[in-house]
Amino acid sequence: MTCTEFIAQLDDLLEERVSITLRADLEEHLRGCEHCVITMNTTRKTIEIYRSHELYELPNALRERLQKAILAKCKKC
Amino acid sequence: MPDIQTQGTEEVHPDVLLVNRAREGDVQAFEKLVKQYDRQVFRIAQHITQNREDAEDVVQDAFLKAYEKLDQFQGNSKFYTWLVRIAVNESLMRLRKRRTGRMVSIDEDVETDEGSMPRDLADWGPDPEMQYGQSELADILRKTIQGLPPGFRTVFVLRDVEGLSTEETAETLGLSVPAVKSRLLRARLQLRERLSRYFRKNKRDGAK
Repeated sequence: MTCTEFIAQLDDLLEERVSITLRADLEEHLRGCEHCVITMNTTRKTIEIYRSHELYELPNALRERLQKAILAKCKKC
Repeated sequence: MPDIQTQGTEEVHPDVLLVNRAREGDVQAFEKLVKQYDRQVFRIAQHITQNREDAEDVVQDAFLKAYEKLDQFQGNSKFYTWLVRIAVNESLMRLRKRRTGRMVSIDEDVETDEGSMPRDLADWGPDPEMQYGQSELADILRKTIQGLPPGFRTVFVLRDVEGLSTEETAETLGLSVPAVKSRLLRARLQLRERLSRYFRKNKRDGAK
């Protein structure tokens, strides 16, 4: 397996959606390719970091103002 | 996520019950849906438009459009994914306006080769985000995702931040499942590549 072929399967590997046979092939590639190990680990970490950090919080005061505006308009419909 | 109720042999999502009540004019039922999903819609809109005022407008307009079109909601998809589709379209429309009328679509800039193969192969430390304070880290993450083309950014946000499935993302964006998978992979690899300059081992200076 080449690095390009490994990368093409990376998402399915990260989401554990690969067959047992394919997983074995991917793991075999990883044993001999440090670059793909790094790519896999840092890609997994990228996803984790974005999942665990709230970048755009809706402040309570704004939230209440938006909710009131939405419902006022709905009542006029 | 709310519990699923059963009616006879069919499972009915609580959102569908609220939608049915809202269709009959029960605004309080719709208010529950607004309170359940306004944070998510704001987050998605802010990610796509990269503009606070636009994101606020999208939240209002998306819910209002949803309310006006409740009769068109078929119930064969989740209310949330139906709402997200409206919010994504509103967001792209506003992004287009900000760019003085230049067409912005979900297909924009996706033909780039960037991110198809990793170039920066430096490893990261075990907890790379610990090198930065919360506020500095948030700035890095925002700046990094802002650099993605809208078509990649939207797929990444829906799949990896909001947790929609590949199929739901495809339905929401009007893309095929293979197109979503291809864009998601490239979005993830591009983000990883760009974050490497901040997170690589012993490269604290790279944050400049």
